[in-house]
This record gives sequence, structure tokens and C-alpha cells, in this order.
Amino acid sequence: MSEIPKKMDEVKRKEMQHKEVLRICAKLLIPLIMTFGLYVQFHGDFGPGGGFQAGVIFASAFILYALIFGIDVGMEVLKPGVRRFLLSAGLLLYAGVGVVGMLLGGRYLNYSVLADDPVVGQHLGILLIELGVGITVAAAMITIFYVFANQDGVE
Amino acid sequence: MVVSALALVWFRNLFAVVMLSGSFSLTAAVLYVVMDAVDVAFTEAAVGAGIATVLMLGTLALTTDEEKDEPHISWPHLIIAILTGCTLIYGTLDMPHYADPNAPIHKHVAPEYLERGPKETGIPNVVTSVLASYRGYDTLGEVTVVFTAAAGVLALIGRRRRKRKDTDDLPSRPGDNS
Repeated sequence: MSEIPKKMDEVKRKEMQHKEVLRICAKLLIPLIMTFGLYVQFHGDFGPGGGFQAGVIFASAFILYALIFGIDVGMEVLKPGVRRFLLSAGLLLYAGVGVVGMLLGGRYLNYSVLADDPVVGQHLGILLIELGVGITVAAAMITIFYVFANQDGVE
Repeated sequence: MVVSALALVWFRNLFAVVMLSGSFSLTAAVLYVVMDAVDVAFTEAAVGAGIATVLMLGTLALTTDEEKDEPHISWPHLIIAILTGCTLIYGTLDMPHYADPNAPIHKHVAPEYLERGPKETGIPNVVTSVLASYRGYDTLGEVTVVFTAAAGVLALIGRRRRKRKDTDDLPSRPGDNS
């Protein structure tokens, strides 16, 4: 494509690197966002939240990082291959839990057979599938954002 | 909400429209909290107000932030939209009142979920137990939708640029206008 937008991007990026307040605030916030994401993920059984929300919150940490430090640095943190792997791994984890339930003699996505005690099995199954949901949603959001933001480069 | 919805239709500057749709989502989230649907409110705030706004801004950065075609009112479409809206509002008149314990939705499977959920899954949050266990298939479908969306974005704009970059590197062939 033309040279001018790229040059403008360079200028913007350099400007961004001088914004100390933004960078330091982001550095402070990102661990907090991630911790909150994990809390929402694993506390979804007891309070509001679950895989979908946790995935989005977790993804927002990566998106903030890429916004502040530049998309190239963001891409270094989470390479396209890793993102694609996580994207499918979450869905496969969900579907896989269903298949494991089938192999153990239950119906597809019936978690009661995952452990000796049906209640423990349900708990385990829900934890695992919520984890799958979270991984896929986070990877999907990060992927979509990175692809949109990185139209100048090669995905 | 009504004000921001009307402003959404009115504004021509797409940046303002994106910001307004974000605030619309946030207001909707507050409304859900008021209605005690914290899980839905959480999702609306995170996805509707958060990620959707960021993605819209990303799209604006790729395109322009001004609407291209001049505003014009197409009367047949307007009439169809108003008729549909009136029909929907007329439909809500027959609906039971909010939080009516005798509403059909509270009589069908909900009591069963509420009663059996905590016992069978050992999970205090009924929303999670319904979402993940009783409605496991639906949630699997939803995750598949999210996966397909990301895969579609990758296939549509993740790939095309790479090809373009490849062809840019090649010496241009005679008669090739692209």
C-alpha cells in the first residue's frame, strides 16, 4: 500500500512510546485485569461470571497491551500460531469433555460420569467446559482485534 | 436509552455513533442489573460496551469515520419498520407483567432447574449450572459461533493481505492491471 499511512503509523507509535503516564498506568492495570479475568473465570460457579465474560476480560488485557505498546509488540507476546492453537484448543476441550463423558458410559455432555460422585463430576465438567469457553472467547477476541489492527502487516 | 438510540440514527459521524452504541450497551447493562440479571449485565458490559466498541473503532481506523451516502428517507422502508415496531409493541401487551410468578416462563422448566440445579451440580450460581450443564449443547453451539467468527475474520482479512503482499513483491507482469 502507499507509504504515507505507514509513516504516520511510525510517528504515532513513537508518540505513543513517549506517553509515560499511559504506559505506566497500563502496566499497572494489565495484571489487575488478568487477575480479575481469572477470578471471573473460576468464580463463575459462585457468583456472576463465567467463560464468556472471563474470556472477554482476559482478551481486553492483551488488547490494552497492544494499544499502548504497539501491535507488533503485542504480536510478539502472543504469536499467531499460539492464538490459533488456543482458539481451537478451547472448543476442542469443550467438545472433548463431552466425548470423555460418552466414553465413560454417559450421554454426550453429561458430566455426572466424570467422577465417582455425580455432583463432583458435574462440578469438574462445568469447570472444564467454562475453561474451554474462556480460552476460545479470549483467543477469538484477541485474534479479531489483532487482525483488524494489523492490516498493514502480515498476519 | 431512547435518546441514544435516536441519536444513533441521526448522527452522520461514525465515531460518535460507535461511542453512542457503547453508551447504549452500558445503559442496557445497568437496566439488566436493575432487573437482577447480573450475569447478562456482566456480559453486556464486557462484550457490548467493551469489546464491540474497540472492534468498531478498529474498523473505523481501517475505513473512514464519515458516512458516505447522503441521508435520505425511503418511505416504504420507514412504513415497514414502523408497522413492525407497532406489531411488536402490540405483542408485548399480551405478555405477563415483569416478575409475575404465574408467567409461563416461570412455570415450565425453570422451577425444576432451580430445585435440581444446586443439588445435582453443587453449584450455587444457577445461571452457570443451567448454562453449562442443562443447556450444554446450546453453549457448545455458542462457542462454535465465536470460533467460527474468529476463523472467518482470519480467512477474510487475515489472508488477503498476505496474498497482496506476496503479489506486491513479484515483478508486475505485463497486462496486469491490479
